[in-house]
Amino acid sequence: MAESHTLSVLVEDKPGVLARIAGLFSRRGYNITSLAVGPTEHPEISRMTIRVEVEDSPLEQVTKQLNKLVEVIKIVELEPREAVERELLLVKVRADTATRGQVLDAVQLFRAKVVDVAVDAITIEVTGNHDKLQDFLRVVETFGIRELVQSGMVAVGRGSRSITERTLRPAPIALAD
Amino acid sequence: MSQDAPGAAERVTGAQSLIRSLEAAGAETIFGIPGGAILPAYDPLYDSSIRHILVRHEQGAGHAAQGYAAASGRVGVCMATSGPGATNLVTPIADAHMDSVPMVAVTGQVGESMIGTDAFQEADIRGITMPITKHNYLVTDPDQIPRVVAEAFYLASTGRPGPVLVDVAKSALQAQTTFAWPTQLHLPGYRPVTKPHAKQIREAAKLITGSRKPVLYVGGGVIRSGASRELRVLAEKTGMPVVTTLMARGAFPDSHPQNLGMPGMHGTVAAVAALQKSDLIISLGARFDDRVTGNLDSFAPNAKVVHADIDPAEIGKNRRADVPIVGDAREVIADLIVALQALEDHGDTGDFEAWVGFLAGVKQRYPLGYDTPAEGLAPQYVIERLGAIAGPEAVYASGVGQHQMWASHFITYENPRTWINSGGAGTMGFGVPAAMGAKVACPDTTVWAIDGDGCFQMTNQELATCTLEGIPIKVAVINNESLGMVRQWQTLFYEGRYSNTDLQSKRIPDFVKLADAYGAVGLSCETPEQVDATIEKAMEIDDVPVVVDFRVHRDAMVWPMVAAGTSNDDIKYARDLAPDFDEDDL
Repeated sequence: MAESHTLSVLVEDKPGVLARIAGLFSRRGYNITSLAVGPTEHPEISRMTIRVEVEDSPLEQVTKQLNKLVEVIKIVELEPREAVERELLLVKVRADTATRGQVLDAVQLFRAKVVDVAVDAITIEVTGNHDKLQDFLRVVETFGIRELVQSGMVAVGRGSRSITERTLRPAPIALAD
Repeated sequence: MSQDAPGAAERVTGAQSLIRSLEAAGAETIFGIPGGAILPAYDPLYDSSIRHILVRHEQGAGHAAQGYAAASGRVGVCMATSGPGATNLVTPIADAHMDSVPMVAVTGQVGESMIGTDAFQEADIRGITMPITKHNYLVTDPDQIPRVVAEAFYLASTGRPGPVLVDVAKSALQAQTTFAWPTQLHLPGYRPVTKPHAKQIREAAKLITGSRKPVLYVGGGVIRSGASRELRVLAEKTGMPVVTTLMARGAFPDSHPQNLGMPGMHGTVAAVAALQKSDLIISLGARFDDRVTGNLDSFAPNAKVVHADIDPAEIGKNRRADVPIVGDAREVIADLIVALQALEDHGDTGDFEAWVGFLAGVKQRYPLGYDTPAEGLAPQYVIERLGAIAGPEAVYASGVGQHQMWASHFITYENPRTWINSGGAGTMGFGVPAAMGAKVACPDTTVWAIDGDGCFQMTNQELATCTLEGIPIKVAVINNESLGMVRQWQTLFYEGRYSNTDLQSKRIPDFVKLADAYGAVGLSCETPEQVDATIEKAMEIDDVPVVVDFRVHRDAMVWPMVAAGTSNDDIKYARDLAPDFDEDDL
């Protein structure tokens, strides 16, 4: 059974690094279900959060293959129970005078936010884990979704430890003369 | 090396910086062809200490760089222009990637402002080669050239070796910059482990002494790491049988009684039996390739596995490892020897006598052999005589197909780096340019390309390079006027329907005339009686290349054989003849 795994991948912020990683997943036959890329507290390091559906043994292989990429610095698998996972959703929901109140109720229930209002639609911002966003969509679906855009998931481990801690600037390699 | 103190910067063009960097990285020879985008680099190259060998096709440059690297252990360098020049390097780069050959490919790219516009001779070679390089670069900032070249050579030659491509925009070559060779590299994501973990080594040693039927499964990593001497100590200390894969021929002497030869699809019966019946496989720099294992589910069903490799991703990829060891083959073997000695000091040694005896029996009952045809010339005989006359000090490079398998079997390899072939990628046409590169690396060594008539017609244009550049290789064309290996499969699996495998190369082209046209000596040989004299004549010529057209009979087949996808248990010693692995004496 293929399972969903969340990988946090620290990479050097170099051109082409996303293409390398995406290419590796596709040519080895692994399916990325969610991907988010962004900066970290270190300007030269980017962090990718990749959700991939694989069995355990191919996961080990994909991790090892990722590690072979020169620009990949570190890979950590985040266990869902020990991590905070968030996705961002922007959705434009049909809402006229008759339904607007009900839509706003849903917004409140889910602690979502209205970011734009038009005569016949409301644009709503929701953050949360995957399940919460799915639940929210199920509720507003009944009013009619005009447009929807969703970010990849970002995730961070709970507690005080940092995965970048020991990654900071390893000693350079001295070139033999 | 640069005359300047390290770190001192000097105003130069990007092109000058590139050539200075290649010199500083230790490149002595570059195989290449100039063209528009790389042209600025060829100007300072004209005055450089680096020897540039002008080839006739970029594929030849790439395979020559591979042959150079495989024969010498140094990084091979090839150079090409943008677009088609670069794409012609794709096959050798893929080949080097599969066979872990240290190689740096330098390509010109269109000017930075033109990148992405479908400009003349533009190809996204960095994108194209991402899956087939260890790493690659596109340089648009001339200040980055020394760092990138230094990194490229470091990456190509350390850890698991492989090809690195450096694509340099023409605008960067033409711009002014400063040259300073770096004294250190920042590669935070690159830390290959060479020193094996002591605990894993102890576990492996315990498995060895506790086993009854162990086998050393030796792969190309042993050659790349230069571990032959250590391997011999390990093998002799324990008495364990040794099998040497296609990539490892020469890693352990063929004349050694413990060497059972090559395993796999066309392996010897003894080598296949040694893996298949073993209770412990000690894999050293090998990767359980499908051509070795056959059907994985039935491969060596009773064996535990110690898998040592410098690339962690190889361990457990195809076959689960009981004891994984990440490390350089030489260090792994050296540490294993020490660990086994420690066990021996406590009276713990393995007892493999029955097993060794069993395999000796298999080897004796099923030696390598071939049928001598009533008429015509046996290709195996030609290759066997070639190996005997040229001897184990010569270097042999081959193409891909039947002649490759016969050259692997019927030449006695005694030394590492004397057998050069395309194992993983199986690139037809590899032989002639690889031999050329090997000869450049080892000018005082006899270098034979053992080629098929199909392969030879893919890359023989490099004979012009060989003649003009004074690279006197010798080429044995094993001419069976067919794509022989494909024909063999058609014989065995397609009811003898020989669709498009008849090359008619005993008629066209005339290989002797072709050799002559290239300024090489062309010889021809059709009967067994002429074989020795022809080879000896070829051996006497050492100022120009020699091509010998060995016109062999076309129905010879490569045996033994395990049909693709089937179990190694179903190995055939010859057509319709399965060996009998009785284990009564075990």
